Amino acid sequence: MAAVHGDVHGHGHDDHHPTGIMRWVTTTNHKDIGSMYLWFSLTMFFTGGFLAMGIRAELFQPGIQILEPELFNSFTTLHGLIMVFGAIMPAFVGFANWQIPMMVGAPDMAFARMNNWSFWLLIPAALLLVSSFFVPGGAAAGGWTFYPPLSAQGGLGVDMMLFAVHILGASSIMGAINIITTVLNMRAPGMTLMKMPMFVWTWLITAYLLVLAMPVLAGVVTMLITDRHFGTSFFNAAGGGDPVLFQHIFWFFGHPEVYIMILPAFGIVSEIIPTFSRKPLFGYSSMVYATASIAILSCIVWAHHMFTAGMPTVGQLFFMYATMLIAVPTAVKVFNWTATMWKGEMTFETPMLFAIGFIFLFVIGGFSGVICAIVPIDIQVQDTYYVIAHFHYVLVSGALFALFGGAYYWLPKWTGHMYDETLGKWHFWLSMIFFNMAFFVQHFLGLAGMPRRIPDYALQFADFNMISSIGAFGFGLTQLLFVYIVIKCIRSKEPAPEKPWDGAKTLEWTHLPTPAPYHSFETPPVVK
Amino acid sequence: MAIKDKVENNLTMMKKLLIFTVVMFVFGYAMVPFYEKFCEVAGINNLLQPDTLSQELETDTARWVTIELDANTRGLPWDFKPLQRSVRVHPGESVEVMYEIINNSDREITGQAIPSYSPRFLDKHLKKFECFCFTRQVLKPREVKQMPVQFVIEPTLPKEFHTITISYTFFELPVGTPAISEK
Repeated sequence: MAAVHGDVHGHGHDDHHPTGIMRWVTTTNHKDIGSMYLWFSLTMFFTGGFLAMGIRAELFQPGIQILEPELFNSFTTLHGLIMVFGAIMPAFVGFANWQIPMMVGAPDMAFARMNNWSFWLLIPAALLLVSSFFVPGGAAAGGWTFYPPLSAQGGLGVDMMLFAVHILGASSIMGAINIITTVLNMRAPGMTLMKMPMFVWTWLITAYLLVLAMPVLAGVVTMLITDRHFGTSFFNAAGGGDPVLFQHIFWFFGHPEVYIMILPAFGIVSEIIPTFSRKPLFGYSSMVYATASIAILSCIVWAHHMFTAGMPTVGQLFFMYATMLIAVPTAVKVFNWTATMWKGEMTFETPMLFAIGFIFLFVIGGFSGVICAIVPIDIQVQDTYYVIAHFHYVLVSGALFALFGGAYYWLPKWTGHMYDETLGKWHFWLSMIFFNMAFFVQHFLGLAGMPRRIPDYALQFADFNMISSIGAFGFGLTQLLFVYIVIKCIRSKEPAPEKPWDGAKTLEWTHLPTPAPYHSFETPPVVK
Repeated sequence: MAIKDKVENNLTMMKKLLIFTVVMFVFGYAMVPFYEKFCEVAGINNLLQPDTLSQELETDTARWVTIELDANTRGLPWDFKPLQRSVRVHPGESVEVMYEIINNSDREITGQAIPSYSPRFLDKHLKKFECFCFTRQVLKPREVKQMPVQFVIEPTLPKEFHTITISYTFFELPVGTPAISEK
């Protein structure tokens, strides 16, 4: 991988920095760190994807064929943890590292050394997660939400998982502090807050959510560790604790967390849509306010994850209405994207395809979210495949599609080469078809009552599960195509045009050459 | 702006954000007493405090309710059972039932009983005046102990419930665990 990076950044030869592996270990350059984040998350994406393939292979037919139930539980648990903390979140931080300094006209991130630390913390955490499969007792198997009492009982694998989550949390907090400081203190003269690109705005708000929610996660993980090893009884009923308390604290983190994973996706889409519609973003300021409203609302809806855990009706009603309210600012964003495209001179290159695919499928996931918010329906569908379908529509065709779109959009700027447009379109259409094949049928399975996290199922679910598994295998294979496209793009000899997207208006396109030089904006640009 | 000022500004920002991080970490912990207080005030999950009756209850002699008594232990060498399997009462009538625990081991063991009800919302209609579950129980080696539970089922219990279950599970408390009532 290092060799690949070396090629990408070969143009940095006039700068003084160590070469070989030490360049990557010691680098404080935001572009290097951004690349490392992106490669890391891609690796974790395939690790989590491998687990997903295992899950779908087991569910291909009823009965137990491939994975013993205990191992199946570990697969679902680690699939969730790795995808959330190892793939999606670091990928967005990678984008932030590459793009935010260039988009606000700063020479680098505010705390370059801390930036390096927050990346390298990810490696031991990932190793802990993956190697926990090989310790006695196996990896954590109580679900990615690690509810006690299961997480209070498991073996060494659970400890490794908890420690990994701690490290990943610390890394995210450091990253968030870096991003907030960069955005607030390092903008070029004239770049007022309300002139910032939407991607920067969404990341600023996301970073605030991170420093708000991640320490709470650290707190609840610490409580679980002391319950396990130091005789405290936060969640241990025998000692007077309450397992439901864990759910409340966990979801106080967990719900902002899902918006941490989607707000930067909104940001990427808000960059791509105007570029390929050749119109400025419709309703820029309403976009900013909608993002902020979503962030604020996300902090008061956590108990909708626990409608069946036992709650007074008043509580259920409050959390139901608060949750449904989030549909309003989200709809503002969707209408703004649509209005941006309206009467635009649209072209449909791969980034635009992914962005439109994002809007289309994210709206489906958003609607099934509103359905899940309704208490009586939630009581019916909770812990079924309906919920699985819902959050894969917002996280895969939401967050992940936006990441793909963003990658295609900025690859020319990062590498100086153009990706293969035909293959990119293949990647999009295959992903689109297989994704829907894998997850749309899961709505039906969930409504019919198929429970999640169970390796076997009743015979009447067999056909839909087979369709879903075939879709999942196809989706997994399609992603190998993405790796091929990226490597082909990096190795390509043909330089990309200076400005491959004529509708692009942000600083990295208008004020910097392609590929972006190793050091950019050492003298800040002046924004009019 | 001079570079030095910029660095200083950044460091001030980092300090503020770090303080905020620590505050949120503490906030996570503050939720523990907050929820405890909240549940106490709202009367949710009030399993471990004696109840008081604000007024005399009227006994509904027209109805009978069968109360099944259940007892379990979890990971401690005790025998734990109710001395009667079930009692039949009128709603509003005060009841006393006896439970027995026997320590089968040669060490002193501290245990805590946690109640569980069926139907789940029974706690709204159950007023408990005395229970061995309000405090921890310490049993010397081979000790046998009989303990009462005093309660009343309120006539507000929905009419369709003819049989209800009250269950207790004893858990071992590690040495040095503060009792719930001391928390």
